[in-house]
Amino acid sequence: MTVRTLKALSGLLATGKTSAVELAQDYLTRIDQLNPVLNAFITVDADKTLAEARAADATRAAGNAGLLTGVPIAHKDIFCAEGWKTSCGSKMLDNFVSPYDATVIEKTRAAGLVTLGRLNMDEFAMGSSNENSFYGAVKNPWDLLAVPGGSSGGSAAAVAAGLAPVATGTDTGGSIRQPAAFCGITGIKPTYGIVSRYGMVAFASSLDQGGPLAHTAEDCALMLNVMAGFDERDSTSLEHAKEDYTRDLNQPLAGLRVGLPREYFAEGLAADVAGAIETAIAELKKLGATVVEISLPNTRLAIPSYYVIAPAEASSNLSRFDGVRYGHRAAKFDHLVEQGASPLDAMYMQSRAEGFGDEVKRRILTGAYVLSHGYYDAYYLQAQKIRRIIANDFQAAFAQCDVIAGPVAPNTAWNLGEKNADPVAMYLEDIYTLGVNLAGLPGMSVPVGFGSNGRPVGMQLIGNYFAEARMLNVAHQYQQVTDWHTRAPTL
Amino acid sequence: MKWEVVIGLEVHTQLTTQSKIFSPASTAFGAAPNTQTAVVDIALPGALPVMNRAAVDKAIQFGLAIGAKVNRRSVFARKNYFYPDLPKGYQISQFELPVVEGGAITINVDGVDKVINLTRAHLEEDAGKSVHEDFHGHSGIDLNRAGTPLLEIVSEPEMRSAAEAVAYAKALYSLVTWIGICDGNMQEGSFRCDVNVSVRPFGQAEFGTRREIKNLNSFKFIEQAVHAEVRYQIELIEDGGKVQQATVLFNPDTGETRSMRSKEDAHDYRYFPDPDLPPLVIGEDWIERVRSELPELPAAMQARFVSQYGIPAYDASTLTSSKALAGFFEATVAAGADAKLASNWIMGDVSATLNREEKGIEASPVSAVALASLIKRVMDNTINNKTAKDVLKKMWESGATDPSVADAIIERDGLKQESDTGAIEAIVDAVLAANPKAIEEYRSGKEKALNALVGQVMKGSGGKANPAMALELLKKKVG
Repeated sequence: MTVRTLKALSGLLATGKTSAVELAQDYLTRIDQLNPVLNAFITVDADKTLAEARAADATRAAGNAGLLTGVPIAHKDIFCAEGWKTSCGSKMLDNFVSPYDATVIEKTRAAGLVTLGRLNMDEFAMGSSNENSFYGAVKNPWDLLAVPGGSSGGSAAAVAAGLAPVATGTDTGGSIRQPAAFCGITGIKPTYGIVSRYGMVAFASSLDQGGPLAHTAEDCALMLNVMAGFDERDSTSLEHAKEDYTRDLNQPLAGLRVGLPREYFAEGLAADVAGAIETAIAELKKLGATVVEISLPNTRLAIPSYYVIAPAEASSNLSRFDGVRYGHRAAKFDHLVEQGASPLDAMYMQSRAEGFGDEVKRRILTGAYVLSHGYYDAYYLQAQKIRRIIANDFQAAFAQCDVIAGPVAPNTAWNLGEKNADPVAMYLEDIYTLGVNLAGLPGMSVPVGFGSNGRPVGMQLIGNYFAEARMLNVAHQYQQVTDWHTRAPTL
Repeated sequence: MKWEVVIGLEVHTQLTTQSKIFSPASTAFGAAPNTQTAVVDIALPGALPVMNRAAVDKAIQFGLAIGAKVNRRSVFARKNYFYPDLPKGYQISQFELPVVEGGAITINVDGVDKVINLTRAHLEEDAGKSVHEDFHGHSGIDLNRAGTPLLEIVSEPEMRSAAEAVAYAKALYSLVTWIGICDGNMQEGSFRCDVNVSVRPFGQAEFGTRREIKNLNSFKFIEQAVHAEVRYQIELIEDGGKVQQATVLFNPDTGETRSMRSKEDAHDYRYFPDPDLPPLVIGEDWIERVRSELPELPAAMQARFVSQYGIPAYDASTLTSSKALAGFFEATVAAGADAKLASNWIMGDVSATLNREEKGIEASPVSAVALASLIKRVMDNTINNKTAKDVLKKMWESGATDPSVADAIIERDGLKQESDTGAIEAIVDAVLAANPKAIEEYRSGKEKALNALVGQVMKGSGGKANPAMALELLKKKVG
């Protein structure tokens, strides 16, 4: 398989070398062949896809095509899309067909992108391996024994395996960057507030941010142009002027100051990952960048802070899944009534016990605990203080550098089932990505090689607020002189 | 032992916005169930709240009206609990930082003014409603009300009797309807009171343990519920028991309060700042805009009525008990009626008739200009006061919005006052001849004796004689 970029597909469509319908059929065929192995998609609906494709071709025939009209896309099953089951990877929403479109979906529809289907994910975006899905684990296309990363594991696997040229994802603690790294593709989590959260099922509202996963930085920039923008329906959306994220792609990197956080290259980072990152940084230097060592002294505190704040918000956000209005309702709960529960409480308890998986329950319990009377100050407030300190650390760092570079994760993808028994061990794998969400900064993952086990390594770039164009520029220039992003797994 | 009652109120006022506090759905009352619901109100996955600035306007208005501090920064928090009428599983409210803090309201009980301080007022969303009929053993949920903006107004525990609690509730009601932030429709739940009651021996500084009576939607129920609760608490303590903190409901049929839940099973609401809503920041310009739009408040208007119209303070206070009544008075005066006469008529016959018919001044069939034209006929002696009362009755029955109605009735029914001296003189003579005793009394210094004779002259004239003229003639003849 050769990698097909958005840019390339856009060109083929524009010159009439292919049509939206033809492209959609191509991808649907490939999904048919490979999804049974990879399990990247939860829902595929060829009729819907082809209808959208025909509409895109009609738009083009009428002379109204935009840059991406007719290009296929697949969506993480967290974005509500009218008429599509929006499960969020959960049994709880297995029967939920959204009656409305998320802003991101509206925007991709308006741009003429054709929906290939709905992508697998960790249940309610909680997980780092995509093993927490009601629909089963996703396999890493580079190694079917490996996890694809999470929670946007379906998105990363689908793009890496060529089941979609681009996918949407969301990133609450690394959920775009880490699966992009594990699957050898490019993904960007923008500044918090750049991409509307309206219609995006909430995990942790103050951390969640949508973004694209694609093969190249250039494709990410094109997608960000579609996805970003102020939305009055999301009160945390930023009234930031519309940007063209492709505008700086071709800027030279001379004079760029790249900060390397000491704490990201310390104990715990696997040697093969470190090696690949160092080689990539050497490449950036060749392109004219200078390197400065910086410090993010409270990096380790990001883990406890994140695993207090995110579950706290989640425990409340997931309260709406109560079996009353939509979603899973237990068929039987009499046994709880016999044990003394009111029929209403019994219905709640049994529906939620059946509808949620273990990791979701673990986080709801943790979250309810840290918010409860007598513990709030010790946990939630303390975590918020740490959050501010971490944000301040980044600001101090950006006084010394333009972008920060480092690993996305300490290791390459681990084996399916390897870390399931020990949730904390899995939480520790998020150490380099959590701080970015806590601070609300943009971060991205760029493929920079392979580990000793042949699994991909991703380099993380972190920018200051609204520095997406600069980060994409760095990644794009890097991708002009390397070919990691053009590698495809053999399937 | 003598017991002192301590009462504080938490009042939920529904704000009169077109749309809900966090969603674009309409707030209108009475639509078919679940038809006024946007994705936010049903709490669909991915739905997000957006603050309705009109609700904030109204909170600011209230803060300014009670002389409170309008916080420049306040925070929306989530109050987490499960209930079917609470679709998100949490209510968006304000907890640590409310939009309004402090302020005071003056109440009057038995002619004595008392200042009641307020603790705070905060914005929050209303819940939906459970519907318990017609579903074959199931309950229904109507989410039309879910997300309706509420201002919860919390007083200090400064009331010391049921009468004070009712006076406070009424004063608050009058204020929120006056400034137009609440429609005041208590039957529809626009103004709901939770009343905290405790008792303590007179002279004791610490408060007793309180119980909270939930959701009273009439002034009468507040009074009855407080009496019932006070009786319960005193009897309990005097029997050697201890009051346990609890939430109770008042049953108007039995006149008793019944415990709903005790402190032990009180919820842990796990409040925390809502991450979907940035802090509410209210700049000086916002406050100033609202201030400039604020109507004249009752106290200021009362003072103005005394100075501008020269009416007694009592009249001014009564006339400013509602904005509509005050407006009616001013319109009557503006149409040419004497201010004191207008006040007498409005506080007298007009109010009495409205009360009898259980109507508000807005529903008066006689308009202010029509009333003014009647009063003018009293002023220019076309008719006397008594006749005027009859004319008003007729105007009331036929409805009178036009200023010509009073004159038309006077003309049609021949009610013009008799001011022809000759005609009255004859009646006066007849009356004097029939009442020698009264003449004697008058001559011996009893001035009032002639008043009874005036009445007889009036009767003799069929009510049309000018009573002042009759008295004058009587005096002259007897004199």
